[in-house]
Amino acid sequence: MSIDREKLLDIYTRTMKVARFDEKMRSLLMSGKLATIYYTMRGQELVTSAMMAALNQDDYLVTTYRGQHDQIAKGVPLDLLIAEIAGRATGTCKGKGGSMHITHPATGVMVTTGVVGSGLPIANGLALSSQNKKDGKVTVTCFGDGATNIGAFHEAMNMAQLYKLPVIFFCQNNHYGEHTAFADHTKVDSIVTRAAAYGMKGVKVDGNDAVAMYAAAKEAVDRARAGDGPTLIEAMCYRMMGHFFGADFSYMPPEHIEEMKAEDPLPKLNALMLEHQFPQAELDAIVAGLEAELEAAVEFAFASAYPDADEIRKDVFEEEIAA
Amino acid sequence: MSDTATLETTAPQAKVKQITVVQALNAAIDEAMAADEGVILLGEDVAAKQGGGVFKVSSGLSEKYGEHRIRATPISEQAIMGACVGAALAGMRPIAEIMLMNFVTVAMDQIVNHAAKLRFMSGGQTNVPMVIRTTTGVGVGFGGQHSDMLEAWFAHVPGLKIVTPSNAADAKGLMRSAIECNDPVIFIENILCYGLKSDDPGADYRVPLGKAAIAREGSDVTLITYGRTVLDTLEVAETLAGEGVSVEVIDLRTIAPYDEPTVTASVRKTGRAVVLHEAVRSYGTGAEIASRLHESLFNDLKAPVQRIGGAFSAVPMASVLEQAWIPNKDEITAAIRTTLDWKR
Repeated sequence: MSIDREKLLDIYTRTMKVARFDEKMRSLLMSGKLATIYYTMRGQELVTSAMMAALNQDDYLVTTYRGQHDQIAKGVPLDLLIAEIAGRATGTCKGKGGSMHITHPATGVMVTTGVVGSGLPIANGLALSSQNKKDGKVTVTCFGDGATNIGAFHEAMNMAQLYKLPVIFFCQNNHYGEHTAFADHTKVDSIVTRAAAYGMKGVKVDGNDAVAMYAAAKEAVDRARAGDGPTLIEAMCYRMMGHFFGADFSYMPPEHIEEMKAEDPLPKLNALMLEHQFPQAELDAIVAGLEAELEAAVEFAFASAYPDADEIRKDVFEEEIAA
Repeated sequence: MSDTATLETTAPQAKVKQITVVQALNAAIDEAMAADEGVILLGEDVAAKQGGGVFKVSSGLSEKYGEHRIRATPISEQAIMGACVGAALAGMRPIAEIMLMNFVTVAMDQIVNHAAKLRFMSGGQTNVPMVIRTTTGVGVGFGGQHSDMLEAWFAHVPGLKIVTPSNAADAKGLMRSAIECNDPVIFIENILCYGLKSDDPGADYRVPLGKAAIAREGSDVTLITYGRTVLDTLEVAETLAGEGVSVEVIDLRTIAPYDEPTVTASVRKTGRAVVLHEAVRSYGTGAEIASRLHESLFNDLKAPVQRIGGAFSAVPMASVLEQAWIPNKDEITAAIRTTLDWKR
C-alpha cells in the first residue's frame, strides 16, 4: 500500500492541528483559564485525519461530543471552534451549543450530538438528500464502539443499506464505551462483523496506520460517491485518557495502557513522515505554523464578548420569541 | 320557500365539491410535492406497493412522484425520524409519517434532542423544516398503546410547533402551512375525523400556523378546544343556545404556540372559560391555557376557568370503559353550567 506525499503531508498537518489543539485545551483547563466539559481525543488524532483527508470540504459530517478532532480535521476554523467552547458570541454557534454541539455548515459539519448513537439516523437523512438531489456529496458519521449497542445504530445501518445511501459509518473503536471495556459491553470480537447482518460492506483497519486508514477511507468514499452504497469502517485506535478530561481512568488495566502507549499515533506518524523523506525541520515548521494559528485563535476567543442574554429568545423558532 | 317558479328560473348553484380529511391531507401533500422537489415522505407502508399507507393518506403519490420521494421504510421509527431530521438539515422538507402517536415515543430522542433543538444549538446556522404526521384517537377500541394524545409532552419542548385539524378544510390548509414552516411541526390527525367532509377549499389553500378559529361566536362563555372535541363542543353549544346560553367555541388549530391573543380577547369578552381536550386532563395543555387566563384576566373572570380532559388511566379497550374515560357532552355542559352558576 502506498500513499502520495502530498496526501500524507495533508494528513500529518490535520493530525498535528488536532494534537496541538488538544494539548492547548487541556492546559487551559488545568490552569483554570477555561472551565467546561471537554472530551479529549488524545490517541485518536490520526484516525480521523486520514478519514477527513479523503473527503471534500462540502461533504457532510455528523459527529459526537468527543468530536473536536473530527471537526478540526474536517476544517472547522480553530478561532470559531475555541470561541464556541469558551461560550463566546463569536463561536460557531454564538455560544449556544458548546463543545458537544458544534455545527459549522461551511465545512460540512451539520450536527454534533451529545447523545450516543443519535448521529447515525441523521447522517442517513443527509445522505438521502444527496441521493435525491444527485449533488455527489458523501456523508460521514463518527461514533465510538460504545454506540454500536444502541438501537439507533441498527436501525440506521439497515435503512442505509436498504436505500444504498452515500453514507460512511465511521466507528473509531477506541476500546472503551465510557468506562466499560469493549469485551464487557459486546460479545462479538469486532464491530465490523455487524455489517454482514445488514448486507453492508464492512472494513476493519488499523486507524493508527496512516496509509491503511487513508486507503480504507478513500475506498469507502469512492464507493459512496459512485452510488455503490454505504460502508461500515471499524478503525482501531486508543482513547489514551479518561472518558472526559479530568476523569479517572484507573479502570484501564496496566497492559492496556502499555499497549496504547506503544501505539501512540503521533510518534508513529512522525516516523512515517521521516520514512517518506520529509525532513524533520519541515515538519517542525508546519507545527510551528499551527501553533501560531492556535495562539491567535485562543486570543481571539478570550477577547470575544459573551452572548447577550436576549439570545435565549432567538433561534428557538425562525421568529423571535417575544420578551 | 314556496315560490317554485323562482326556484325553477334560478340558475342551478355550482355544487361545491366535498372532501374528506384523508382526501384533504392527500391533496395538500400532493400539491406541496408538485411545487417543491424537496418535499418527501417517509413512513411505514406509504408507497403503492404497500397500499399507500394504512390510512391511505399517501394513496397515489408514489406512482406520481416516485419511490425516492415517497419512501416506504422498515418499522424503524428512530431511523425514519433521524432521516427526516438529516434531510431537513440539508434543505429538504421531509414529512415523517408515524402510523400512531404512541409509536412516536420510540423516536423521542430524534424529536426532542435533535429536531427541536438544532436551530438553537447551532446558533441559527441550521434549521429543521420537517413535519411529523401522526394519528391517534379515543373511541375505536384500540386500547392503551394506540390511542393517546401526547401533545402536552411536545408542547413542553421549546422548538416544536403542534397542529391538529378538526375538519377537512383546516386539514388541507394546515398541512400546506406545516410543510412550508421552517421549523419542525407535529401534525396530529384524529382517526375518528378522517372521514369528516368539508367543502373543498380549493388548490393552494393555506391556514396560517398559530391562528385559532372562532368556530362559533358567543357571549356568555368561551369554550377552548382542538381536534375532534370541537365537534362535541359545537353540538353542546347548539343545545345550550336553545336555553339562551351563548357559547363561543374556539378551535385552536395550532396547539403550541397557541393563539393567545384570540383566546384572551374572547375570554375578556365572555368572562368565563372552559378548556377541553381529549388528552389526559392532569398536566395537560388545558392546565397551561387555564393558568395563563388566570394570570392575565384574574380580575375579569366571573368564574375560575374549568378544565375537561381524559381520565387519569391508560385508555381502556372495552367500549363502556372507553366512553367513561373520554370527555363527553354531559361533562362539557356541566362545566359550562359551573362557570355560569359561579357565585363569588
